[in-house]
Amino acid sequence: MKIFSTHHRIIGFGYLLISSIAVAVGTGLSLVMRLHLTWPDWSLPLHGPVLPEEYLALVTMHGTLMLFFVLTVAPQSGFGNLILPAQIGTRHMAFPRWNAAGMWLMLVALLVLLSAFIVPGGAPIGGWTAYPPLSESSLAGPGQGFGMDLWLASITLFGIAGTISAVNTLTTIVKLRCEGMTWERLPLTVWGWFTAAMLSVIAFSVLLAALVLLFCDRHLQSGFFVPANEWINGVMIPHRGDGSPLLWLHLFWFFGHPEVYIAVLPGMGLTSMVLANFARRRVFAYKLMIATTLLIGLLGILVWGHHMFVAGLNPFAGTVFSVASLAIAIPSAAKVLSWIATVWGSKSKQIRLTTPMLFALGFVSLFVTGGLSGPILAQPILDEYLHNTFFVVAHFHLIMAMAGVFGLLCATYYWYPLMFHRQLSEPLGKVHFWCTLAGAYATFLPMHLTGLGGEPRHYAQLNGIVKPANDLLSATMPMQRHITYSALLLAVSQVFFFWNILKTARQPSMTEENPWQATTLEWAPQPADEDELIRVYREPCQYGARGESFSPQWKPEIPLQHEAE
Amino acid sequence: MPTILTPPEIDRRHDRGTDRHLDVNDGDNGGRRPPTDKRTGGNGDGENWSNRPQGRRGPRERLSAARVGLFFALGGDLMFFVALVSIFFVDKSSGHFDAYGVYVHSWKATVIPEILWKNTAILLLSSLTAEIARQRMFDEKLAMDEWLGLGRPVSGRAGIWLGLTLVLGSMFLAGQWMAWRQLAAQGVFFSSSMSSHFFYLITVTHAVHLFLGIGALIGALLVLWRSRSMLTRQVLVDGTVWYWHVMGVLWVFLFALLEFGQ
Ligand code: HEM
Ligand SMILES: [Cu+2]
Repeated sequence: MKIFSTHHRIIGFGYLLISSIAVAVGTGLSLVMRLHLTWPDWSLPLHGPVLPEEYLALVTMHGTLMLFFVLTVAPQSGFGNLILPAQIGTRHMAFPRWNAAGMWLMLVALLVLLSAFIVPGGAPIGGWTAYPPLSESSLAGPGQGFGMDLWLASITLFGIAGTISAVNTLTTIVKLRCEGMTWERLPLTVWGWFTAAMLSVIAFSVLLAALVLLFCDRHLQSGFFVPANEWINGVMIPHRGDGSPLLWLHLFWFFGHPEVYIAVLPGMGLTSMVLANFARRRVFAYKLMIATTLLIGLLGILVWGHHMFVAGLNPFAGTVFSVASLAIAIPSAAKVLSWIATVWGSKSKQIRLTTPMLFALGFVSLFVTGGLSGPILAQPILDEYLHNTFFVVAHFHLIMAMAGVFGLLCATYYWYPLMFHRQLSEPLGKVHFWCTLAGAYATFLPMHLTGLGGEPRHYAQLNGIVKPANDLLSATMPMQRHITYSALLLAVSQVFFFWNILKTARQPSMTEENPWQATTLEWAPQPADEDELIRVYREPCQYGARGESFSPQWKPEIPLQHEAE
Repeated sequence: MPTILTPPEIDRRHDRGTDRHLDVNDGDNGGRRPPTDKRTGGNGDGENWSNRPQGRRGPRERLSAARVGLFFALGGDLMFFVALVSIFFVDKSSGHFDAYGVYVHSWKATVIPEILWKNTAILLLSSLTAEIARQRMFDEKLAMDEWLGLGRPVSGRAGIWLGLTLVLGSMFLAGQWMAWRQLAAQGVFFSSSMSSHFFYLITVTHAVHLFLGIGALIGALLVLWRSRSMLTRQVLVDGTVWYWHVMGVLWVFLFALLEFGQ
């Protein structure tokens, strides 16, 4: 296998490898955080006790790695390269060389970020949102010097690489669909990738502008994000002008909110397709699903202010953002209804509870659980209390982190035969699923309660601090222990996954062409002739009345008769 | 709702799909390349591109893919400048309360060096030469001469105009450099004031884009010189010139903003 290949499959594997490194490191960091929160005196082997500023570095690096390098890279660029071309019937991406360049740039971005651990001062401590003024000056804390510069460099590279990848995805979808692959016939996964790529192109550029300005503030004495004459630790730092941190918040969240949708949209699309395939039914309201995908993308650009309700935003603006955010619940709910309706009508004999199906159902469950707290947070009056508490952490870990990971695991189990010509073991997969589901809920549901109980985000220690706060926060300690044990369970459950992979690696490769009896084009038999015309004859997800027969998109024969809807 | 949608293009090509190798009317060579493979970049050389698989349907396909890609990339890039310009307006109107509770609005406009007018004219002129070069790439007569083996007139003609664009573009960048030097001589630097931040930020980020454009021009010239494939040459010149146009128009807006918008 050539390393410097421009073939989209190899690039896709490269992206998945980048994400695997990031997810391994990111998980390790999160476990250290949990152990420290629960047992503040615990000392990390080979390192010693975790200091408060180190805790903040852990939070920052965990968030940056997971959100950028796992949840953005793996679904969008990883599976986007591995599966998307086959799914729309093209043999290559639109710009193979740019594609390869983007992947290598992404790897450099990851390495730059990770190198922040070993430079003097260590990793940055300002959180993945890098709010000024703390991100403005190396006086703000260890890690805010060179470490923060590396963070800036890394995210800049990430933005450029992400844009390259998104442009490639968009052009491929627009120009290289095969014969007969009309927009209505595109699988919903492709719609997810398309919308996410659209958001990437728009959002990453704005982030890049913000990063450039932050760099100027840090090194060229400008003052875009801080007022003139800022004092940090008794030192005055001169800046010119009347900047405001609020400006950074606007720019960052203009990027940040679309970013969370970039992370989850491909998973939404995959969930729709996988549910339909294993329920052996059409996707309920296919066109509406396309519309809601696009609508979520559109509204996603207009709601960034809901992260800023208590940051000094004009209350009238807050109301507008609140209404827009509540409006996003409508297309989201429409999606959930379609998922449920798709599965609901499936007769018990015909539904197939395979591992990918379970993970797709898990996605739905987590999306609902995490989504319910969204409209709560989207009301300024409630957010005033909940902002910066663990309630928010619970919200986004369920809806984004866990749903996103379930989407990725669903993709892995579902497409494994295409990726490695082997099928992962079903019994092991099911054990993996149930342990992961239990671990996810046991870890993140109680965070709602500790958040309501007053636990703030980004606090290194909850007990043994000044009196009134101590009374409040140490009351959450039993729950903290529970969360930590659950998080360990969640991490350890992944052993079943690796065991499964190792076990199947030793088996002979399979020959079955379409093991899930899927209808989308990536499962079509490989044509012997490179020049053969790829053609699609119908929408995806066409199954016979009993679910046994199905007409894949690539089969020319007369479509099956359907039961009356 | 009908579940099966049959788009018109499927019906139209239906018979051709099943027995495509028998269809020799219509100048079709059985889906294979013509005996002598001299492609002109047009559709008139006796091959029916539509019968080839997606992605191999001839020049127009790659060209339009490149254009679509450029369109999305430039769309993203414009968002970068939209962000900068929005911040410009935010900062222009912001102020602060001083120690006595008096509201101070401290924005002071930076005087724009005269030379930017000349630079703007040069840049617009360079867009014109670039467009002429682009037109030459699609000139049917030149293409025909080349196909007949009469040298490489397409590369020659387009190369001259592209080279001229390169010269003008470099003059623009040199002019921008002089503008920065003039301001520096007057003691106006990036860090001098809020408005000087923007002057430098906008002109420098735009100059970086033009610098990339110069790189693309050099690349296109190299390809004109070396490459034999008409398609590769067309795609590269076309993309570079469109990029150049967009950067030119963008500059007009940015310049107007700096000159009249402060
Ligand atoms: C019904 C739809 C949703 C609504 C109304 C909503 C609302 C909110 C609000 C108001 C906040 C800010 C809370 C605060 O900081 O005080 C928030 C935070 C967050 N949401 Fe959502 N949300 C929704 C769906 C989603 C989805 C689908 C995702 C991801 C896929 C997501 C990811 C996040 C993340 C990552 C944060 C925290 C960012 C941070 O401060 O670090 N949300 N959400
Ligand atoms: Cu948001």
